[in-house]
Amino acid sequence: MVKSFMPKTLAEALKICDEHDVCPIAGGTDLMVRNHQSAGILPTFTKDMLFIKNIDELTVLEKKDMHLIIGANITLNRLLNWENTPQILHLALQEMAAPAIRNMGTIAGNICNASPAGDTLPPLYALDAIVCLKSIAGERELPIREFILGPGKTALKENELLTAIKIPIGDNNINFYKKAAMRKAAAISKVSIAMTAKKEKDKIVNIAIAIGAVGPTVVRLAEAEDMFIKNNENTGKVLPDIYDVYDRQIKPIDDIRSTAKYRKQVAMNLLHYVYEKCIK
Amino acid sequence: MADISFILNGKNVTIDADATKRLLDVLREDMGFTGPKEGCGEGECGACSVLMDHELVSSCLVPVGNAAGHEIITIEGFSEEKRYEKLANAFAEAGAVQCGFCTPGMILAAEALLNKIPHPTEMQIRQAISGNLCRCTGYNMIIEAIQMAADTGDGLW
Repeated sequence: MVKSFMPKTLAEALKICDEHDVCPIAGGTDLMVRNHQSAGILPTFTKDMLFIKNIDELTVLEKKDMHLIIGANITLNRLLNWENTPQILHLALQEMAAPAIRNMGTIAGNICNASPAGDTLPPLYALDAIVCLKSIAGERELPIREFILGPGKTALKENELLTAIKIPIGDNNINFYKKAAMRKAAAISKVSIAMTAKKEKDKIVNIAIAIGAVGPTVVRLAEAEDMFIKNNENTGKVLPDIYDVYDRQIKPIDDIRSTAKYRKQVAMNLLHYVYEKCIK
Repeated sequence: MADISFILNGKNVTIDADATKRLLDVLREDMGFTGPKEGCGEGECGACSVLMDHELVSSCLVPVGNAAGHEIITIEGFSEEKRYEKLANAFAEAGAVQCGFCTPGMILAAEALLNKIPHPTEMQIRQAISGNLCRCTGYNMIIEAIQMAADTGDGLW
């Protein structure tokens, strides 16, 4: 049977991380499913568990130095109801899971779970989110795209905790989010897309497009985004080249939820849709 | 094993349990509250819904360690309230209870909604019960029941 640690302060939690090989658990909405057994039987955790939900220091939610700071214990529903949540993230949260799960699940957990289909990941990639990592030795920050290494794999060291997420405050005025899934609520994405952009006098001056569940990590292609901005006087002309960049670099797989062929087709269709409806 | 204390249906309780044990199992097996049901065990069906600090949660996904220091209300605890009576009558009148397996979760989802929005739109009702599956009614009767409770429940929420 695994041991459970229930620290009250961050300092205590970091000390436990340093001395033991633990798995942090916040809301539990991913970990409890992944380790689920039959009724009445304990989940099959293989590591000692570190409960962080009751650590008050991880419930920060504020605007500071041109960034939004979201503590590791902030639930998806809290974020959905926060007036400062960026619209692109808000759009994804609205469609994510169901109310009962949003009341427990956290955005930090969604990041650490590192599922290619994680619903908050495309918006967080599009927003250039940064994760704050702490250990007793100190703290460091990493862009989300350097933190998530592959399915279920992150750059989190054994003695570290993800304590907060930082999102630069921007002024993008066009946002689009869409996910393809089996049902409206409580469904895991087959493909998802998050686009956030800024248009000035009919010209795109800033754009980020992140596509989820079509590769080991979220796909965001700077090459294609640069082409939108450099050619914003006449995007139509370079559009085939832009689509070609995506076409070459989107390489989905077959799995239980969908096929590579379907994912590729829907991802490309969504890119066309985003251009026609939001950018053109 | 550790002593874990929380408020359950208005009473302080302390249990000696593994913190990773599911709240659903604690409620049903240790505390004898069988109102929360186990449907999928994966947070998809909502049959195990309870209120934690007056917010809807799936008790199959709550390790009991996360309940420490919080207030849990099951359908049994909620049934002492006037608001329950209003919802139960509306569910009966609208034919929203058939096999009954989803009903405790549906009633608590309705309570969580009406607590925040006493007069919800149909879309808000649909969203509030979007995590609760019902295989009998086709949902229309349940939506009607919640609307009916909201329409006639002035002052309760």
